[in-house]
This record gives sequence, structure tokens and C-alpha cells, in this order.
Amino acid sequence: MNNNPLPRVLVIDDEVQIRRLLRVTLESGGFIVHDAENGRLGLSEAAAIQPEAIILDLGLPDLDGLEVLRRLREWTRTPVLVLTARDREQQKIEALDAGADDYLTKPFGGGELLARLRAIQRRANVTNDPAIVRFGEIEMDFPARVVRRAGQEVHLTSKEYALLRLLAQHRGKVVTHRQILRELWGPNAEENTGYLRVYMLHLRQKLEKDPKQPHHLTNESGIGYRLVEE
Amino acid sequence: MDAPLHRPDPDAILARLRADESRAKRGHLKVFLGMCPGVGKTYSMLRNGRKERTDGTDVLIGVVETHGRVETQALLDEMPIQPRKEISYKNAVLKEMDLEGILAKKPALVLVDELAHTNAPGSRHAKRWQDVIELIEAGLDVFTTVNIQHIESRSDAVRQITGAPVQETVPDSIFELADEIELVDLTPEALRERLSEGKVYLGERAATAQENFFKEAHLDALRELALRFTAERVDRQVRDRRTGDAKRVVWHSGQRLLVAVGPSPFSTQLVRRTRRMSDFAGAPWLAVHVETSRTLTPEAQRLLDKNLALARELGAEVVITHDDDLAAALVRVALEHNATQIVVGKPRGNRWMDLIKGGSLVDRLVRMGGDIDIYMVPAEESKKRRMQMPELSWANPREYLLALAVVLAVTVVGFALTKYIGYRSVGCLYLLTVIGLGLRIGRWPVLFAGLLSAVLWNYLFIPPVFTFLIGSLDDAMLYISTVVVALVTGQLTSRIRAQSRNERLREERATALFQLSRALGAAKTLDDAVFAALRQADDLFSAETALAFIDENTGDLAPHFASSFALDNKETGVADWSFHNRRVAGRFTDTLPANAGYYVPLLSEDKAVGVLGVKVPSEGTLTLAQRDLLEGFAHQLAHIIERDHLRAASERERILAESEKLHHTLLESVSHELRTPLAVITSVSENLPNADSGLREILLGELQTAVRRLNRLVRNLLDQTRLESGTLKPLLDWADAHDVINAAVDATKDALAGRQLMVQIPDDMPPVRVDFALTEQALINLLLNAANHTPAGTPVAISAGIEQGGRQAFFVVADKGPGFPSAMRDRFFKKFVRGENARAGGLGLGLSLVQGFITAQGGEVLISDEPGGGARIMLHLPHTPLQNPPAE
Repeated sequence: MNNNPLPRVLVIDDEVQIRRLLRVTLESGGFIVHDAENGRLGLSEAAAIQPEAIILDLGLPDLDGLEVLRRLREWTRTPVLVLTARDREQQKIEALDAGADDYLTKPFGGGELLARLRAIQRRANVTNDPAIVRFGEIEMDFPARVVRRAGQEVHLTSKEYALLRLLAQHRGKVVTHRQILRELWGPNAEENTGYLRVYMLHLRQKLEKDPKQPHHLTNESGIGYRLVEE
Repeated sequence: MDAPLHRPDPDAILARLRADESRAKRGHLKVFLGMCPGVGKTYSMLRNGRKERTDGTDVLIGVVETHGRVETQALLDEMPIQPRKEISYKNAVLKEMDLEGILAKKPALVLVDELAHTNAPGSRHAKRWQDVIELIEAGLDVFTTVNIQHIESRSDAVRQITGAPVQETVPDSIFELADEIELVDLTPEALRERLSEGKVYLGERAATAQENFFKEAHLDALRELALRFTAERVDRQVRDRRTGDAKRVVWHSGQRLLVAVGPSPFSTQLVRRTRRMSDFAGAPWLAVHVETSRTLTPEAQRLLDKNLALARELGAEVVITHDDDLAAALVRVALEHNATQIVVGKPRGNRWMDLIKGGSLVDRLVRMGGDIDIYMVPAEESKKRRMQMPELSWANPREYLLALAVVLAVTVVGFALTKYIGYRSVGCLYLLTVIGLGLRIGRWPVLFAGLLSAVLWNYLFIPPVFTFLIGSLDDAMLYISTVVVALVTGQLTSRIRAQSRNERLREERATALFQLSRALGAAKTLDDAVFAALRQADDLFSAETALAFIDENTGDLAPHFASSFALDNKETGVADWSFHNRRVAGRFTDTLPANAGYYVPLLSEDKAVGVLGVKVPSEGTLTLAQRDLLEGFAHQLAHIIERDHLRAASERERILAESEKLHHTLLESVSHELRTPLAVITSVSENLPNADSGLREILLGELQTAVRRLNRLVRNLLDQTRLESGTLKPLLDWADAHDVINAAVDATKDALAGRQLMVQIPDDMPPVRVDFALTEQALINLLLNAANHTPAGTPVAISAGIEQGGRQAFFVVADKGPGFPSAMRDRFFKKFVRGENARAGGLGLGLSLVQGFITAQGGEVLISDEPGGGARIMLHLPHTPLQNPPAE
């Protein structure tokens, strides 16, 4: 990717204490840290240094964090991890729909931050989508349109397959309900969220060891679903 | 009448306080009252004004007539005078008081001479007293002068004394606004002396009239009148102060007067008379006009308008109704409005008509009125001769033409048929024709048709023909009886028709108001109500309508978006005037009549909440009945707007009170709940550098607990604030109960460490429609409560399901702790209801948040005992089953 062996991350947050703590955490985790204290500076820094990942606080003093995200997405696909306050559920969904790769709710632990950051970076580095995706005892063969569980073929309906394929393509990443509904039913299908729950229930029953406590097809509180590989 | 005055009525005191409030904003009005010209009113006013000026008041002379008197002229020296405004009218230039100029200067005190003056056409108001009202309502103090003969209710008496007609009058209601009345008194001898010295200006009046006016006997009578008028006011002021009564708001007696008003000059007198009676009795009064099927001449209509306007000015409630039977209508209105006395003029009608109608008006009133007292006021003889009752037009000339044409046509037919049916049957044809006409045309044209038929039948058909003689006795009998039957039946059918028309009109009015109130009642929001009312008014008055309110942000009058009548600057000016002066204005009125719109203020109690404007096409008009109906509309709208304001105000108060309560709770508990973890963090950070690895482990554990506690506290406070502020809007979406419970369990796994957690969800649990985040948070709170309030190591159970019947989904959190003390359970529920919280962070805030989260989604929280000990909290949420997905 570039000559620098260590990945660079840009932190856009207005709180100096958070920036300091993030710097300590991230540097100990093997990142080179740049930071910006507001949205405008953040945008110009992002253009200047071309970081490998961006951590963006949604509550910024000058520009709305969502606006910063939209402007970033106009020219770059650099993975973005957004930080939100807990009382803004809707904001998370908007950020994910606007192209954020993952989110963390404040307050969060340093370990979790590093894990998420590595995960989105890893995904960004994968250039070609593999033909076969494996998680747990499940094997998903895209060219053959076949899903196997412990070697046995599992029969999926076309909607179930489409749902699974969408999550597998974005494995590790939250896919919002709205994104899934658009993919499966087209742009005006927001009322189908109920069906989505039913298909997910069926998928879990077919693919999970304990469908009541799913390990791979996980739910993100009121936001969407995520396919977890490990 | 004095009986109820012993103990002040609290309502009355309240009313006075309100009147005081509006008086506080209003300017002070002082009236210098004289018995006749020449007593020195202007002189007194100017002296008082000069004194105020030396005391430092900002005095401005609005208008003063010195009539060249030297002493008076001298008082004007060095006084600031507002130049008069020139108004050109019919090639002449008239000089009038510059009202706008004075309002712009905003002096503290304005001197305005001759209150009864009539302004030149084209001025803002027709009368100077209207200018004065505007000045005091703008907060300016006013001194003014007036003679007793110009006071509306006294002008008749003055004319009776002096014989001189009074042209310009001032309504009595302006004296209700006066804070002070100063009688400028002079003995008749002194006045006559001044007169002989030429010090009295008498205007354009002829010298003979002067002599008559200033006769000593007359002067005595006028003086007495002026003294009595002043004394009455003083008496009332004293009474007002004693009872705490702003006279027009609360009446002392259970009496209520009703006066019948018609299009006659005599009615004017009746109205004034009734006003005096009502004043004396301290009773409210109604002026009732009964519209009959007869059409009034424009002259009569004008006089009627004037009489009703006078009644309104004198403080009457005006009621207009439709009926051909005057007595029945008056009794009906009297009963509807609980009137105790009816005032009518002494009958002038002839005895023959009385006989037909079944007695004179008074007789019939007495008979039908039951308990209602009937007062009869005699008309003055002299007046009756001078002022004839204005002529009523005898219905439409077209109806006569129609009657003539039909009768002639029947005559032709009769001529053709007489050979076959005989001349007697032709009489029947005429009879049928007259009855038929009665169904279509008025009484007088029917009478005309009847008489014409009688003449034609006799002359053309009854032998000997072509004479007015009747040959046989048989024919004579037949002729007379047929004619009588025709005349009577024609009259009766015509009257029935008129009555049904009146009833229809009454019905229409009642229906219009009923529909309005129903539409207003059905409207969910104020905007809906206004929209419904305006559309209905558009139809009813065939006009464009507008409604304007005060914009809360700008403080200006802004038209409602549903208005169909777009107000330009000029129209807004009139609407504004009507709003601020709480009086009708614009077209058809005395105030700014050159404008296109007619404006009715929406009055609620003593303040205006908006203005209703109506623009009828320029050739159209608003009948009295329509204006009355419009006022009915305005009244209902005002009521609905006021109700909306009150509701908004009480809602604001409620939110304020709740948030105050919350603030109080926060202050109390936050200090404790925040300081504890903060103390832990401080202590840990101090001890950490010197701690060995074992202690370090313990300290870090404490640190984490403290931070979690802080985190939870902040989260709860934020949630509580969102709930209280009403900004929390649930986002209902389908959710898998497993996901909800897993999320809650995941979030509390640290707090529940070391406990057995039993999760129970039926296999066929369908998706439920809830707000995921709120439900998850409610469960987290319940699980944390269980962790905090039960002994370590005891199990906790969480389950979900659908109630039998499938209408409700439930989540249950149960523990094996001590349970809720039964004595406290009621208080928990009370807390929920009130949203009160005993202590933050603990049970109080936690459970009240659960309650808030669940009720926001339309659910409820139930607390019970777990069998075998422990608490059991059940969250009920409304449930509708999900349709099965379409087959693929």
C-alpha cells in the first residue's frame, strides 16, 4: 500500500483529553496517530496525509460529524470508525448508511477500539472478494450458490440466501436494516422489517448451533445485523 | 338590591382586579362636565392642564376652542399645541384634531375640547369621542369637556326641558371609562350675567333659541340634571369600591331588561330609556330586533342600524330574530335570555289591526309573558307629530304585477269557459287563484289580487254583466261569501308562507352556529378549527374571510394561513385597530369605513385574541342578521382560541412543574450518587503508585465498579431528562425477543457475574413490534436492579412470551431476593404516576425509567411477588401478529 510499515490513523475529535488518550492507546496498538480538533481541519488532514483509517467523533463543534463523513465519502473509501453518544441511536444508523464502517458508543474500552479498528482495516485490505467464505462450521460457496454446514448442503430460500450473501460480503461489519431491506426488496420496502426478522430467524435455525443465542449472525441493538467470522 | 352587597363576592373582586389591570394600561380620563355652554369648562380644563404642566407633566393640547374669549386665550400661552390636520371635503378644507400626530408624539396628557364634536368625513373616526377612546387606550391621559345635553341618555330630557333639538351626542359608555368627572358648576344667575356680558359662545344658534335655552327655569333644570348625573357616577364609584365590582362585568340583581327595537325614531327614545332603567336597577339589558317578512326601505334600514348601534354603544346585548309575530318573538327571546322585564312603546297601531291579531302588542305580551313584567313607555305627543313612522315599502312591485297578470289570465280563461261551467264556477276559479297566489307572494299583493278578482267577477260575469249590480239574492250571498273566503284564505296562506320563511331563517342561523360548533368540536388542532370555521364563513356570507392572530414571536398581527382574504397593509391596519380597540371596524362601520373588509374582534373575557375579517363583493352587503351571525362566529372562535391558549399554558406549566421537581430530585441525589464513585476514583488514583501488585488488582477492580456506576448514573439522568422533556419518541420496529434479551444480558453480564441467569423464551416466539433500544434499556435497568437489591449469588430469571389471546407481548424479570415490601408497593406505583423519584441511581430512578420507556410504547409495568419470595416485574407491550412473509 505505502512505504510506511506502520498504518496511520487520523483521529477527528474536539476533546483534547480524548485525543490524548486515543493517541496513547493507538500508539501502543501499533498505529501512527494524527489528530484534528474539528471537522474542517479533519477533512484537510485526511486529504493531506491519506491515512489508512479514520476515527471520527460525530459531535463536532463546527461541522456535523455526518456531514464530515459524507464529504469524506465523496472522494475516499478509507475505513471510518465513528464514535457516538449513547442517546443518539438514530445517529448511528445514519452514519452507517452514510458509509461509516463501524461505530463505537462512548464510553468504550481501548481494547475494543483496537479490535474494531483492526477488523475494518483488514476488510479494507482485502482486494478481491473470495469465492468461498467460511465461518464456524459454515461454508458459503458463492459461484455455486451453495451453503454447507459441516459439509452437508443446507437448503436456503432465495431471500435467505440473498440475506446471508449480503452479510457475508460485509462480514465483520454492521449492515443496517435499511441497507438490507433495499438490497432484498428495493428502495421502498421499509415496511418489510418484520419479514426480515422472520428470515433471520430461519437462517439462525438453519445455521447456528444455538439459534437462541446466535454466535455468527449477531444482532446490533435496533440497528442491523453483523456476520461474525470467529 | 342591596342585600347581596353586604359581603363582597369573590368573583366580583376578581372582576374588579381584572378591570384594574386593563385600566392600568389605559390612560386616565377626566371629563369636565357642564350644564350648558358658557359655564367655563374649557377654562377649567386649561387651568388644570397648566397646573399639570407646572408639575412637570408632558402636556399637549390636542384641540381647544376658545371662541375668542380673552381669559381662555390667555391660558394657551406657552402651551404646546398639536397643529390641526386639514381635511378637504367637497371643495372645503376642514380642520380636525390630528389624532395620528398626537399618538406619534405620545405626550403624557392630551387636552381635547368638545367631546361631542363630529369629525369631518374622511377622518379615522366619525366622532371625536372615538378619538378620545383611542387616545386613552393607547395609554395617554386625556382631559375633555362635554355638556350634559350631549350625553346620550340625557339628551331626550334636555330636549324636553329646552325644546331645542340635540344634534351631537356621546354614548354613556364613555363615562364608564372616565376615572374622574368634574362638574363645572355655575349658578344660573351668574351664567345669565356672563351671557349678557357676551362671554358665552352659542355657535350658529338663532338668537331666539338662545333666549329660550337660557331661561332661568331651564337653567335650573339643566343644572339639576348635570348635578344628578355626576352624583350618580360618584355613587356608583363608591359602590364599586365597596363591592369590588367593575359594573359591566358583574350585575347586582337577578334582573335583566329587554327592549324591543324597531326602525322608528321612537325606538331611539325607548333604547335610552331602557338604558337608564338598567343603570338604575344595576341590571344587564338586551335590545331585540324582530325581523319580519316585510322589506324595510333603505331609510328605515338606516334608522334601525342606528338604533341598534346606539343600543350596543349604551351597553346592550343585541339580539336579532325572525318572526312575523312580534309579541311571540319577544317572549321567546325573553325566555331564552332569562329577561325579567320587557320594555315596549305604547301601542300606536289602530284597533282594527289589534282585533285581527287578537289584541294589542301589550295585551298579547301580558298574556304570553307569564312572569315577565311588561313596561309600557308612552311616546311623546309632540314627537309623534313631528317624526312620522318611516314608511314601510309594501313589498315588491313585481308581486303586484304578477298578481295582476295572473288575475287577468284567469279572467280570460273564465271568459272562454263561462258558457260551459257557468258564472258561479268562475268565482271558484278566482278563489283558487287567490289562494294559490298566497303561496307565492306577500300579503298586500294577495289582498290586491283578491279585491281585483272580486271586482272583475262581479263586473264581467255575474248577471247583469258589465254592471256592478248583482241580480239575485242568491248571487249576492254567494258573491260576498266567496270574496270573504278568498281574502281571508289568501291572507292566511301568505302569512303561513312568511312564517315558514322566518322559521327557515332562524333554523338556518341555528344550523350555521350548530355546524360551526360541531366542526370546532371535531377539530383536533386549532389550525383544523380555524380552517373549518373560515370555509364555513366563506360559504355562509359568500365572501372572502381572514382570521388574524398575534404572532407569538413577532408580536404582530399575522393572518392565519387558511384565510381566503389576503390582507394588504391598509387592511391589516384596520384589523389591527379592531384588535387593539376591541371593536368592529372597517366597511359598514363608523371607523375606517373606506376599507374593503369588515372586521370583528374575537373577544374573550376582556381581551381580544384575534380578528375575523370579511370581504364581501363591493356591490354586496352584510345584512343585520348576517352581522349578528358573524359576531356569533367570532364569539365561538374566540372561545376555541382561548381554550387552546389555556391548554397550551397549562401544558407549559405542567412541564415546568415536572422539570422543577426533577431538578430538585437531581440536586438532592446527584450530590450523593456522583460523589461516591468520584471519591473512589480519587482514592484509587492516589494509592495506585505505591500499591503492590495484589493491592493494585483490588484497586483497579474498585475503579472499574466506580466508573460503571458513574456511567450508569449519567445514562439514567440523560434518559430521565429525555422522558421528562417529551423529546423521547419511540421508534417501533419488529424485533426478535431473543435479540432484545441477549443484548440486555450482554450489557449486564459484569453486574450479574456469579449468578445463575435463566432465560426462557418459547420456541414459537414471533417477532414483536417494539422500540428495540427502549425495551433493551428497560430490561437492563430491571436486571441491574435485581443485581443491586438481591443477595449475591441468588438466581435471576428473564423470560418473554405472548399473552393468551395474542394481544400483548410480555417480558418478565424475576429474582429470589426480599421482594417489594407490600407497604411500599403502593408508593412505587404512585411514584410512577407522578414520575417522582425518591433517589437517583437506585430503585427510584431505575423503575421510573422502566415505566417511562414502556408507557412511551403504549405498554404498562406490573409488579408482583414471585411465588416463594422475590420480586417479579412484568412489562406488557401491545402486540399484533406479523403477517407471514409472501411465499417465494
